[in-house]
Amino acid sequence: MEHPHAAEVAVQTVSYLRYIVLFPLLGVVFNLFLGPRYGRQVVNWVSPGMIFLAFCFAFAAFVQLPDGGALVDSVYPWIYSGALHVDIALRVDPLSGTMIMVITGVGFLIHVYSVGYMAHDDDVVRYFAYLNLFTTAMLLLVLGDNILLLFVGWEGVGLCSYLLIGFWYTDDEKASAGKKAFIVNRIGDAGFLLGLFLLFWSLGAHGVWTLSFSEIAAHASVLPVTTVTLICLLFFVGAAGKSAQIPLYVWLPDAMAGPTPVSALIHAATMVTAGIYLIARMHFLYSLSQTALAVVAVVGAVTALFAATIALVQTDIKKVLAYSTVSQLGYMFLGLGVGAYAAGVFHVMTHAFFKALLFLGAGSVIHGMSEEQDIRKMGGLKSKMPTTYGTFAIGCLAIAGFPLLSGFFSKDLILEHAFGSPHGSPLLWLIGTLGAGLTAFYMFRLFFVTFWGENRSDPEVAHHIHESPQVMTVPLVVLAILSLIGGYFTVPELLSPLYGHEHPHVSPLVKYLPTLLGLGGIGLAYRLYVQDPAFVPGRGRADRLSRQFAGLHQLLLNKYYVDELYDAAIVRPLLAASDWLWKVWDTVVIDGLVNGTAQVIQANGSVLRFWQTGNVQTYALSFCCGAIVILGYYLW
Amino acid sequence: MVSLIVFIPLLTAFFLLTLNKNAAELARRTAFGASLFTFVISLGLFTGFDSETAEFQFVERYSWISEFGVEYYVGVDGISLFLVLLTTFLSPLVILSTWSSVEHRVREYLFFFLILETGMIGTFVAVDVFLFYVFWEVMLIPMYFLIGVWGGERRIYAALKFLLYTMVGSLLMLVAILYLAYLHNAQHGTLTFDLLRLYTLEIPVNAQMWLFAAFALSFAIKVPLFPFHTWLPDAHVEAPTGGSVILAGVLLKMGTYGFLRFALPLFPDAAHAAVPLIMTLSVVGIVYGALVALVQPDMKKLVAYSSVSHLGFVMLGLFAFNIQGAEGALYQMLGHGLSTGALFLLVGVVYERRHTRLISEYGGLWKQLPLFASVFLITMLSSIGLPGLNGFVGEFLILLGTFQANTLAGVVAVSGVVLGAVYMLRLYQRVVFGPLTQPENAKLTDLSRRELAIFVPLIALMLLMGLYPKPFLSRMEKSVEATLARIHKTADHQSIESVESIGSVESLGRLSLDPIDPTDLKGAS
Repeated sequence: MEHPHAAEVAVQTVSYLRYIVLFPLLGVVFNLFLGPRYGRQVVNWVSPGMIFLAFCFAFAAFVQLPDGGALVDSVYPWIYSGALHVDIALRVDPLSGTMIMVITGVGFLIHVYSVGYMAHDDDVVRYFAYLNLFTTAMLLLVLGDNILLLFVGWEGVGLCSYLLIGFWYTDDEKASAGKKAFIVNRIGDAGFLLGLFLLFWSLGAHGVWTLSFSEIAAHASVLPVTTVTLICLLFFVGAAGKSAQIPLYVWLPDAMAGPTPVSALIHAATMVTAGIYLIARMHFLYSLSQTALAVVAVVGAVTALFAATIALVQTDIKKVLAYSTVSQLGYMFLGLGVGAYAAGVFHVMTHAFFKALLFLGAGSVIHGMSEEQDIRKMGGLKSKMPTTYGTFAIGCLAIAGFPLLSGFFSKDLILEHAFGSPHGSPLLWLIGTLGAGLTAFYMFRLFFVTFWGENRSDPEVAHHIHESPQVMTVPLVVLAILSLIGGYFTVPELLSPLYGHEHPHVSPLVKYLPTLLGLGGIGLAYRLYVQDPAFVPGRGRADRLSRQFAGLHQLLLNKYYVDELYDAAIVRPLLAASDWLWKVWDTVVIDGLVNGTAQVIQANGSVLRFWQTGNVQTYALSFCCGAIVILGYYLW
Repeated sequence: MVSLIVFIPLLTAFFLLTLNKNAAELARRTAFGASLFTFVISLGLFTGFDSETAEFQFVERYSWISEFGVEYYVGVDGISLFLVLLTTFLSPLVILSTWSSVEHRVREYLFFFLILETGMIGTFVAVDVFLFYVFWEVMLIPMYFLIGVWGGERRIYAALKFLLYTMVGSLLMLVAILYLAYLHNAQHGTLTFDLLRLYTLEIPVNAQMWLFAAFALSFAIKVPLFPFHTWLPDAHVEAPTGGSVILAGVLLKMGTYGFLRFALPLFPDAAHAAVPLIMTLSVVGIVYGALVALVQPDMKKLVAYSSVSHLGFVMLGLFAFNIQGAEGALYQMLGHGLSTGALFLLVGVVYERRHTRLISEYGGLWKQLPLFASVFLITMLSSIGLPGLNGFVGEFLILLGTFQANTLAGVVAVSGVVLGAVYMLRLYQRVVFGPLTQPENAKLTDLSRRELAIFVPLIALMLLMGLYPKPFLSRMEKSVEATLARIHKTADHQSIESVESIGSVESLGRLSLDPIDPTDLKGAS
């Protein structure tokens, strides 16, 4: 694949890109220092307002973007050590331009929604401080002109994720979920860092000292293929951590402990796509390594199917969406892995629209149902929450790949490439297509049992069910519109200066089977959960199926016992080993040797016995006096 | 100026003795004022520093014991500049903490503390090796008293262990120092302890081995390098808050500073030979310290073991023998001084209120102490190397440098970054998050204005060092390069001929482009 080299790209220097990052940061500072004084009313305006300003600047940059070129804003030199020169510099090109539009656009809607969602929470100032900080870090991540600055944003979003998952910190389980997210991500970060080191020194060996993307792109071809493969795989470890792929996906379902708008913004629309962004940004390296691309594609495809199977049986509305996110991220990696970078990024955008919509819709349901998240206790919300119902329906259709909605375009594009690209294979396509059918099924299972049929909640809760206020429903409507029309934003066209134009021609069967399976999945969900009563023990086909295949059902319900496996294989042995190291090795062996040596000397040495009179003051005093006498003698 | 910075604390210490024994408030104010004044003067070193040269600056040089060629010879370069500033910066903050942490014999406490400050600064600015040794020993006594008199239950045991352990090492170092002067006399006919002249000695390789071993043992105990670390948890747990802050913040850096200033450039052949051993011990220390920290029930012990892990990183950076490793190590010394100093101060805050350091006694403190929790959060993040804060810059440079010098060591050390997050996040969660279970904790008060005055400068500096490292790194660069050039001037590498040629463009290029000869890489892995 031929890509234009960095040097040929029209680069324009501007000095306003920094404001895209600075406005959200200003929001953080305001919330920290003035928020407590001015209170909720002001914070409710300032925090979304700052994101809106960032959106305006992002939009200006997007419009001003020269055709196929880039805008650059060098702010100041950051870390200079020997040959290492890293600047704080921001760069907007078609890729980061698309990302900042999504981040500030969807981010703004979610900030607005949060005003309503958090209206009854005492800690709203802290909440918005974190949310603004998250947006700052996420923007830095995509705007960073070099890998290290990307890493700053990368760690920053991880921090905010940690803080926001554990936002309701008095609940130990929620705080633990935040910690788990941070630590699993750190494992990925270790891979990221090692990849960075290897890249830096390998290029350095050829006299190229840089961490800046454009310069790496210009010189990547000097590296041997095995080195490139290793670098790409190490970065992919980082990407798999942040974007929740096998085997590092385990933190994302737990991350649902955070407030629902956070799940929408961080754990669906933006942060979790950082791994995809990383690979799309470094495509020039991945394109050099068949092996690395194959690994990305296989991990993505397997994750897409694996997570979809878990989502089939979950009963927590947010858990279904969480596994769905893991699965959809898998599709994006599948796209990247078959070299269809533009399709992967396209799906990042459409997914941001419909998954943010679905999460916010779920939040609206949870809000209306007095914090209930179990879909077995829902049902019949259609009439009581009409706006939520209507927009949620659009979100479900979009993710299911219903023709002409946004998900249809981006997912089909990925699957077509999976089949027809030089890096693709029919098997990858088949896995993806099966996953598409499952996706439609579990989403409409969720949809039908939540909104249709009889209400199954406690009378107490049922009495209070209400539609959410406008501050929450308006963002839903906007996102629903975006989910409807998002497929017509021609992201692949926009990205063609980076990735070129390629559209594989595949047979109609390959092209339309995913859609047909999707429609079939919807039909099956209708058959099992609408025509039969849902969640009434002993009745209905779904219930019978789950008892017929009880083993499989339990396996899926318990998420293949992966958490339990990690706990037994890693967490417990690590703690046991640490305990042993401390109590036996450190205290008995090493310290025993030290103290033993001292005792042996004490027992044998006649001179040293003087030191051990027990009266330490005497000893130190004599030492002091001695020193002063000797010094004094020479000073005279 | 340098002498003023060294001796104001000492003079103030003796002035305190003239005060009324019970005038605690006056003693505190005097000591605080003096240490703050010292800090302000020391800022002059920063602003007046010329970052274009590797020479010692602000030099003061007088003959002291002329028969033996001992001089009073002090000055700062890019290596010692920030360690001096770290000392003068932390000292007033520690004194500020004594308003609540020290209740009896305040005047005596401050007396020893100020002598300690003189000892520390003197150790960093001494260019004469004998003078260095004198200050090095001067430090021990006040620290010993601070632990032994104002410490916890097992203070005598801990103080004695600290003193004896350190003394064993430093006695060997004294012998080595005397031998160096003797050698200079044999080679050049003059007896001198001037470090710059000792650098030029041609020391036979096997003599280097013994001398290096003597210096290295003394410094390794101080660092402390695994397995010489067991005095540290005891000393930290028993020391009063101020003692712990200075111990972790400054005293440990004496060891790593010693390596960079003396052991490595004086004995380059031996240093190269020691790389595999030291790198192994450092990496073991990083992982081991982190794992043991993970299971500590006592907050102070946890922080103490985290220091073993963090100092392992510093040692690794020093023995990478490249610019990124060495600058990273120096940066991490400062960064660790800030973050670990702040951590001990934070432990002090809750200890003074609850009189326990057991993690299990806390939990859910956020609701009750939001300011404390926020400061703790930032400090914890600084400690685990979050970008944007000080810890990241040092850790990143160290790992970058190490990766090139010895890939395996780099890979294992990166796992230490993961483990670092594990034990700190566990600590934070168990202290600050969760439900507030202990009824005593519901009565705790948040940080006072005085306590805020301690933490605000610390956090401001953490942010500054994380966001804008240039003023720091640029001042270090020349001196670090010069030191590296000395380290690379080994018997089998005559490529860099003389110290003077360091400033030239070619050698600079070589240093950064190809910091290590391939043969060293083999030796190291």
